[in-house]
Amino acid sequence: MKDKESFSIKVGGEAGQGINTIGSILSRSFADHGLHLFAHQDYYSRVRGGHNFYQVRITSEPVYSFSSKIDVLVALDPASLDLHLHELNNNGVIVYDQNKIEPENTDKQYFALPMAELGEKHGGKKVMGNTVAAGAVWQIMGGTPEILENTLRKLFQDKGNEITESNIKAARAGADFAAENFFGRCDCSLGKPVNKEQMVLTGNDSLALGALAGGCQFISSYPMTPVSGAIQYLARQANRLPLAFEQAEDEISAIIMSIGAAYAGIRSMVATSGSGFSLMVEGLSLAGMTETPIVILLGQRPGPATGMATRTEQGELLFALHAGNGEFPRAILAPYTVEDAFWTAAHAFNLSEKYQIPVFILSDQHLADTYLTVEPFDLSAVKIERGNILKSKELDQMAEYKRYQATESGISPRAFPGQSKHCVVSTGNEHSESGYSTEDPAIRQQMAEKRIQKFRGLAKDILPPVQYGTDNPETLLLTWGSSYGACHEAVNKANQQDENIAVVCLKQLWPLPKEKLLEYIKRANRLVTVEMNSTGQLGRLLRTETGIQPDYAILKYDGRPLNSSYVLEQLEKGGTFPWE
Amino acid sequence: MGVKVEDFDLDRENTWCPGCGNFAILDVVKETLANLGLPPHKVQVISGIGQAGKMPGHFRVNTFNVLHGRALPAATGVSLANSGLKILVIGGDGDGLAEGGNHLIHAARRNIDVTYMMHNNMVYGLTKGQVSPTSDKGLKTPTTPGGNPIAGLNPIQLLLGLKASFVARSFSGNKEQLGSIIAKAIEKPGFAFIDILQPCPSFNKINTHGWFKKRVYDINEEGHKPDNLSEAFKAAMEWGERIPTGIFYDEEEERPVFNEALTGSQDQPLVDAELNPLDIKEIMKEHL
Repeated sequence: MKDKESFSIKVGGEAGQGINTIGSILSRSFADHGLHLFAHQDYYSRVRGGHNFYQVRITSEPVYSFSSKIDVLVALDPASLDLHLHELNNNGVIVYDQNKIEPENTDKQYFALPMAELGEKHGGKKVMGNTVAAGAVWQIMGGTPEILENTLRKLFQDKGNEITESNIKAARAGADFAAENFFGRCDCSLGKPVNKEQMVLTGNDSLALGALAGGCQFISSYPMTPVSGAIQYLARQANRLPLAFEQAEDEISAIIMSIGAAYAGIRSMVATSGSGFSLMVEGLSLAGMTETPIVILLGQRPGPATGMATRTEQGELLFALHAGNGEFPRAILAPYTVEDAFWTAAHAFNLSEKYQIPVFILSDQHLADTYLTVEPFDLSAVKIERGNILKSKELDQMAEYKRYQATESGISPRAFPGQSKHCVVSTGNEHSESGYSTEDPAIRQQMAEKRIQKFRGLAKDILPPVQYGTDNPETLLLTWGSSYGACHEAVNKANQQDENIAVVCLKQLWPLPKEKLLEYIKRANRLVTVEMNSTGQLGRLLRTETGIQPDYAILKYDGRPLNSSYVLEQLEKGGTFPWE
Repeated sequence: MGVKVEDFDLDRENTWCPGCGNFAILDVVKETLANLGLPPHKVQVISGIGQAGKMPGHFRVNTFNVLHGRALPAATGVSLANSGLKILVIGGDGDGLAEGGNHLIHAARRNIDVTYMMHNNMVYGLTKGQVSPTSDKGLKTPTTPGGNPIAGLNPIQLLLGLKASFVARSFSGNKEQLGSIIAKAIEKPGFAFIDILQPCPSFNKINTHGWFKKRVYDINEEGHKPDNLSEAFKAAMEWGERIPTGIFYDEEEERPVFNEALTGSQDQPLVDAELNPLDIKEIMKEHL
């Protein structure tokens, strides 16, 4: 692959047809070929039928977003042609099964591949047609057969030798058929493989790995898209590590279980989406009052209510910020790439124990389900910092232990029940230093101030934003979460056209890193917020906290992910102004 | 060195009404814990909200007083983190059966290793006298001014239906029976449920101390053996002129308790585990 080159392969079909199989085989193989990969899926909330797709983009340089144009379309259903034909580049190729689809004659390059037939003949089953398709695409792109076969061994090893070998035969049959019958031109040659150790991770995988590295010991959750992937990942690791997983009866129970476990001394988290988090709100407030550290993975999808279960949005920023009765400190982190999700998750546990507060990881469906190539994480760089926890020696020497002891920072030393001669007393009622409930006005005021005091420390301990692009930009894009990917590429494209733009992406949205932000904003002529919601929540937060009003916003709220073409188009048009 | 009742003493103002059944229950709990030799720092009490939920404020143990109805999920989390604690969950009938009803079902299903004491005065005390899920039909309360139109829920039947490991009923006016049942419940591995009848002298003028006293009898003294679930159901059907108390069901089969079932292969309580990021190396390799 040449410098700055980018190819995209789209596999479209009905749910249950095997889009995922083809997508995963190709993704893993591209990674082993040493290329950078960004793959995303688009699926309906149904188990069978509908039209879904899996789109893989491969590049020589890392990218964090998808392309609107594709080079290879594997069409498993007629809808794939209706919906995606116009996305094909000039020399793009359509791979389809002529026994299933009859394409209309257009000027495009069609390659008829009898997938099911070859699958049955060489792999023993019609469904092996998916592997046939992967083999054919790999051949068309000039991939090395060993890499593909190695992928199949990895992916199917759990299913036994027979299934692995059948898949290899099916892939070979697809490759052979393409070698003998494809005479077209595909401007998407992979070139020489580069030896590079790469993982292929979804955002959910990366969040789960980060939580594990960060010492998560308990996760209680109720299944919900788009966090189920992360939940299930952690469930699979339970007992391989000192980790327990429980599927709670509802989200109310999930968060309270986690609070119970954290009170007793282990790092705990919950994962949910908007309406599930609605049920967790009283628990959030309990964590705030009892100063119990928990991590809340909130995977956003379009609301209100059930909204669109399998689609993406960034609509819960202000909800996460304001949820819960009463006043208490919290932190909101937002990973901006799949790789960053790992570090964010690990950091969330440290932050939450340091300040004894609930910490949010605000993810979104697009980030959660996106696959990216990531080099293995340097685990030695992960630090577990558990904050102020008394050692047993210290506890032995103390005459009395007070869970909410007054301190300058507002942070009281923690002890855990059963770990010393002292009793640990805590309550969701307003309480004295010793943890027993009280209505004394002076103590109430002292405790309210103690909680606010923790916020003051927290506000000096913020993850700095990420900046990319020119230093004194004409236009500064301000964004958060997965929207960074589209902005990053928009900046590249625009600056290649001699424009002068930059992007600043907030890794932590609360407390807002005001000073850093003002520095960036000061150096720019125009400020444009980019986020996936209809009311411009980040812009609103910025105005409330700093008095600065962005010039306009680029918003998207159709449930589909953002990409650079959309950002550039909106920049040209002048976006929208949602803050009247 | 033995554990004394005084070890559990806590000098704090008590706001329960005179004649409240909670006083007797508190005394019995302290005595039982001392008799069992359980020191305060090894005992964890978790409560929700209500007059019974205030009990953690009146004796010295580890206490976590959470939200209305949510004591059982909190206890589930605590028991997973530290299997070395003896956990008592304390709450009222509104806390356990109304707000916390769903959690009660699942705590019993999971067989979490706790003793759940449900103080049942058949009315709401803390919020001043409203109807409860266990209020008898006809009971006039501020929210049922024309009399409760619905028959009360029988917690024993509910818990037997859930096949809880240990299901019993006692009465705050019978300290001896209550103490012996609480001791057995604490020693029982798994979910042990006690429906503790208690008078609310302020808000329930029907189901008074005298009313209970006249009706309660001990089913075990009358020959009920707690090893049979259908017999237990039969005994639990009765409610009215005579009210059965005692141990209805004490499961013989050894069922794994929740924290063991979930963390069975772990050789130490989770709270004692060392955390090391390098431990995930093998998991990360699976992605290569």
